[in-house]
Amino acid sequence: MPHKKPAPNPNEEGGPAQGRRDFLKQSSLLAAIAAMPPLLVKAADAQLDEKAAAYFEKLPLSVEVNGVTHRLSIEPRTTLLDLLREQLALTGTKKGCDHGQCGACTVHVDGQRVLSCLSLAVMQEGKKVTTIEGLANGENLHPMQEAFIKHDGFQCGYCTPGQIMSGIACIREGHAGSDDEIREYMSGNICRCGAYPNIVKAIADVKKGGQRI
Amino acid sequence: MINFEYIRVATAKAAVDALVKDGVAQWIAGGTNLVDLMKKGVTAPQKLIDINNLALKEIKKEGSKLRIGALALNSAVADSELVQKEQPLLAQALQAGASQQIRNMATVGGNMMQRTRCPYFYNTDMPCNKRQPGQGCGALKGYNRMHAIFGASDKCIAVHPSDMCVALAALDATVQVTGPKGSRSIPFLSFHRLPGELPQKDNTLERGELITGIEIPQNAFAKSTHYLKVRDRSSYAFALVSVAAAVDMQRNAIRDVRLAMGGVAHKPWRLTAAENFLKGKEATEANFGQAAQLAIQGAKGYGHNNFKLKLAPNAIVEALKTAVGKS
Repeated sequence: MPHKKPAPNPNEEGGPAQGRRDFLKQSSLLAAIAAMPPLLVKAADAQLDEKAAAYFEKLPLSVEVNGVTHRLSIEPRTTLLDLLREQLALTGTKKGCDHGQCGACTVHVDGQRVLSCLSLAVMQEGKKVTTIEGLANGENLHPMQEAFIKHDGFQCGYCTPGQIMSGIACIREGHAGSDDEIREYMSGNICRCGAYPNIVKAIADVKKGGQRI
Repeated sequence: MINFEYIRVATAKAAVDALVKDGVAQWIAGGTNLVDLMKKGVTAPQKLIDINNLALKEIKKEGSKLRIGALALNSAVADSELVQKEQPLLAQALQAGASQQIRNMATVGGNMMQRTRCPYFYNTDMPCNKRQPGQGCGALKGYNRMHAIFGASDKCIAVHPSDMCVALAALDATVQVTGPKGSRSIPFLSFHRLPGELPQKDNTLERGELITGIEIPQNAFAKSTHYLKVRDRSSYAFALVSVAAAVDMQRNAIRDVRLAMGGVAHKPWRLTAAENFLKGKEATEANFGQAAQLAIQGAKGYGHNNFKLKLAPNAIVEALKTAVGKS
């Protein structure tokens, strides 16, 4: 149900979580007051604390995921994949290798397929992200999802969300003209069950159907 | 991944200023290599300066030259009609690299700046002079199947992993950079460097110098080019060896030719002796074979990669044959 408003998230801005910067400032200020002569307190607060606080600072992020705009507060090191899975509870996007080698984490950002494991979430400011959860229209599956079922394009299913996101992009890019071209442009999505022949069939079938996807 | 500070800049000047001001900062563009290296603990910048908002994405003709902005995506360059028509070798090389997802993220400048994929560089439990100068080279007497046969030193035998750069080396591209001391243009062959005593330095950029774009001069090669990439699987793998071949044919004679190899050295490896031999000669397999033998003079294997001493000349002949339509 992609258009349902998600439950309130403690990581959203204005949530109950107190900013780490404020916490650091307050706690170290208290420690400083206890241990230092008054003149040093001011200096420490202005410089060292500022640096330490900035290092752990959470940054605001506004990003649209499957049609819903989220205003979040995140650490710079958070990847888009971890944001989707851990903070937005969208676990359809899979973490396979987490190093850009398997394609299981493929999502669309502004219509282009990318690897969410190598994308920093903070760099997606103002962008539109589509995940596997954003494809179906209510109970009606996306034509690529239907095709994967029809052609048995998976066994264990772990790579499937990435395969489907990549397959849709492959057709939209105009890179699904032949089985060879599909294989080449799907090479970033690894399937260790070896469902490749049926994945190619599913994509070729959707392409042949000529539906607008 | 160790946390870091993050800022965005909007102009090249702001990017340079921010980096010069902050000794622990690094620029980030596509991030496909940098984020991976940060996850592995190979590098841990304390601050990232996001340069993606800089207006450096354009692909256009400037006079007779083709100019490509440093932030143009690998997929955008590979799919560009202008590039495919005027510099098909570059499009072929880009299409041979990575996967479409990565090409949709990776930029031209980032492609040039990517680090080696040597497993000893990537594994922080192993010795590596490139990662930690003075530690020693694990690959020298280790598992060095992917490693260099040209221009290596006893400090480092890693190879540069890019396909795009091999084509740019063959096509006499130049690199435009801007930095604290102003702007300059670097011939592509002088951009990357050999390891020598300083394997930690991949290229000749100075601290604070930002790549703004590349320029490729007009040429007459568009009809006869081929990028041959030999790898362990047919797609989405780094090259064992690769050959960029561009030929200007006049009937059956070679008027001009460019040859460069990937997967064989710390930088894209231009085959000047082979080019000079072929100029004015007929495009025959025998001549290609002789050129290939000239090209691998001075090559040296390190054990596991000895097969490249045979694979490299064979690949040169095959790439030339395909480029001139005789395969």
